[in-house]
Amino acid sequence: MRINHIYPEFEVIRNMDKCTNCRLCIRQCANKVHFYDEKRKRVMANDSLCVNCHRCVAVCPERALKIVKSEHTFRKNANWSERDINEIYRQAESGGVLLSSMGNPKNYPVYWDKILINASQVTNPSIDPLREPMETRTFLGKRPKKIRRDANGRLITEMTPGIELSTPIMFSAMSYGSISYNAHAALAKAAKILGICYNTGEGGLHEDFYAYGPNTIVQVASGRFGVHKDYLNAGAAIEIKMGQGAKPGIGGHLPGTKIVEDVSKTRMIPKGSDAISPAPHHDIYSIEDLRQLVDSLKEATRHKKPIIVKVAAVHNIGAIASGIARSGADIIAIDGFRGGTGAAPTRIRDNIGIPVELALAAVDERLRQEGIRGDVSIVVGGSIRSSADVVKAIALGADAVYIGTAALLALGCHLCRTCQSGRCNWGIATQNPELVRRLDPEEGAARLVNLVTAWTHEIKEMMGGMGINSIETLNGNRLMLRGVGLNDRELKVLGISHAGE
Amino acid sequence: MRIDASNKSYKELNAAILKNPDPNTQITGCCGQRYIADGFSGKKIEIFGTPGNALGAYMDSGEIFVHGDVQDAVGDTMNDGRIYVDGMAGDAVGYAMRGGEIFIHGNVGYRAGIHMKAYGQKRPLMIVGGCAGSFLGEYQAGGTIVVLGLNAGSEPPVSYFCGMGMHGGAIYLRTKILPADLSDRIVASEVTRKDMWELMPKLEHFCNIFGENLNEILKTPFYKLTPDSGNPYKQLYVANYQ
Repeated sequence: MRINHIYPEFEVIRNMDKCTNCRLCIRQCANKVHFYDEKRKRVMANDSLCVNCHRCVAVCPERALKIVKSEHTFRKNANWSERDINEIYRQAESGGVLLSSMGNPKNYPVYWDKILINASQVTNPSIDPLREPMETRTFLGKRPKKIRRDANGRLITEMTPGIELSTPIMFSAMSYGSISYNAHAALAKAAKILGICYNTGEGGLHEDFYAYGPNTIVQVASGRFGVHKDYLNAGAAIEIKMGQGAKPGIGGHLPGTKIVEDVSKTRMIPKGSDAISPAPHHDIYSIEDLRQLVDSLKEATRHKKPIIVKVAAVHNIGAIASGIARSGADIIAIDGFRGGTGAAPTRIRDNIGIPVELALAAVDERLRQEGIRGDVSIVVGGSIRSSADVVKAIALGADAVYIGTAALLALGCHLCRTCQSGRCNWGIATQNPELVRRLDPEEGAARLVNLVTAWTHEIKEMMGGMGINSIETLNGNRLMLRGVGLNDRELKVLGISHAGE
Repeated sequence: MRIDASNKSYKELNAAILKNPDPNTQITGCCGQRYIADGFSGKKIEIFGTPGNALGAYMDSGEIFVHGDVQDAVGDTMNDGRIYVDGMAGDAVGYAMRGGEIFIHGNVGYRAGIHMKAYGQKRPLMIVGGCAGSFLGEYQAGGTIVVLGLNAGSEPPVSYFCGMGMHGGAIYLRTKILPADLSDRIVASEVTRKDMWELMPKLEHFCNIFGENLNEILKTPFYKLTPDSGNPYKQLYVANYQ
């Protein structure tokens, strides 16, 4: 007798008064939850396969389905959660390392939710963004330290290369392989329409997307997948990936099953073979070594591309960022520990790294103290959930933000956190052509454009409320922020006062 | 065209090579300039002296011949072309190279051929005349690495952890004894006639350009190392939908 210790987490509730046995749910579920029972002459469900992605719920024409959390329970225990117990069962059965997806779901403090934004009253007029011009255009890259003039006294206006964005939001790195062709197409199209950038991640650049070059950030990571001369020259910037918020300190590993023909072509590796990104870049063991990669990329692209160095938010991030700023990089991207991933060991995702809010405040402060803040722009991600998070991030010192999970949600992701299975019913985190087809790139792009446009309006409203009409004026303007329910130490790290002060 | 590299920065040096309409360039007095020929294609460069790190990184085609030693990360992420070094090389030679050839007459440092790949028609090849440091071919995913160990004596021509994490391609070691610490995920076998038939033109080419004696080289046997799986991490994980 085989004993299964793990009880299904969800129950599929089918309202039999509404269900017409049309079997659409059977065709739509890649996890094969739904099936037609010939004996009973009706559609049934195998709860144990359900990941709660809501695909069937959303497509059911009769609205006959809903998914609920199973009430089945262990004896109540404040120490041993249901999740802890089930994970032990899972490992005891398999001997494997637990592998999860998307961002850290644990109950750590979200500092964005403990920070409040200021507004003008009486002494400083607020601005109505519908009536007056508001500037959200953002430039990323080095700022000149002083005004330079030529022999005739004319201003030298030549700047080091940078990125111009219509609004301080970019789509963060998600590789072709971890997400689908159609998801990439949607991100690329939306970035172009919006005048912002998306990021290839470490998966190379599909030949179809070279046309979106001016709105593309190409990534170079330790595995160097798909990196070649044309790729480096294709984008608006090159990002060196040193780390990722969801899995600081470890590399990536795309299983051979996801290296289908087209992915293999884009990554320039054999089909079906694992794509392993080593944990470190084995030519970078120091800031001096990082400088070499920065310089070699600049030299290989004839100094036309700004270089971004992306790191995970970890302890001592201030000192690390200072080193990066001195390595010649133009932009630092900091990825917080709630950042998403297509797959990361559960323990790493849930326990390694620090909140991006604290990391950002520490980095901005450190670079200011050292007088090198103008040498780099700061981009933060992991996880930015709304326009309010964007405003708070910019006031804490960021020049722009990366959104990944939010962008995927706009494309239809329901955060079921099973990307690693490759069976994404929404056509996002999968390479199965039938599933990929479900995501219409045009519609996806329109939804992304809607999201970012709406956020930009909201950012302008919040800026207007503070009496600020240019996003640059908000950058590092911590007087516009107050903490609520934070202790002295937290306020000190964030560099903000408590509400009421 | 001949360029005197002394007192020239790497930027000036690269700019001079690129400006030269003749694809052939000779560089003399090279003294540690980094990033020479990074991202270049179609240039034939002969270097006298010691180029600095990242020589020929991202190179797309063309040829570099160095009379002297080279430093770290030669041919990093090289896509195609040929690099010949009549001397020794530092660490991480051919990091993630995807195509082309790198021949080093002498020894190479740590992590030579790390993450070497192969793709489509591209089959990168690295031949090391001397010995290799630790972690030769780490994470190797494709291509061929040959270590001749011409100066190795009776010892294996590689140091510790040869081929760790290898999941594609092949490493040929010219040796009578295999390294003692080979991973159990690597299959070591004596070369077949077919293997040697494929290697021979490359070895001949190596001997021609560096003045070595092929018959002498062939007196010592070769071993071939290959990974036992292209999916080494397959069994390591268990899905945890949390």
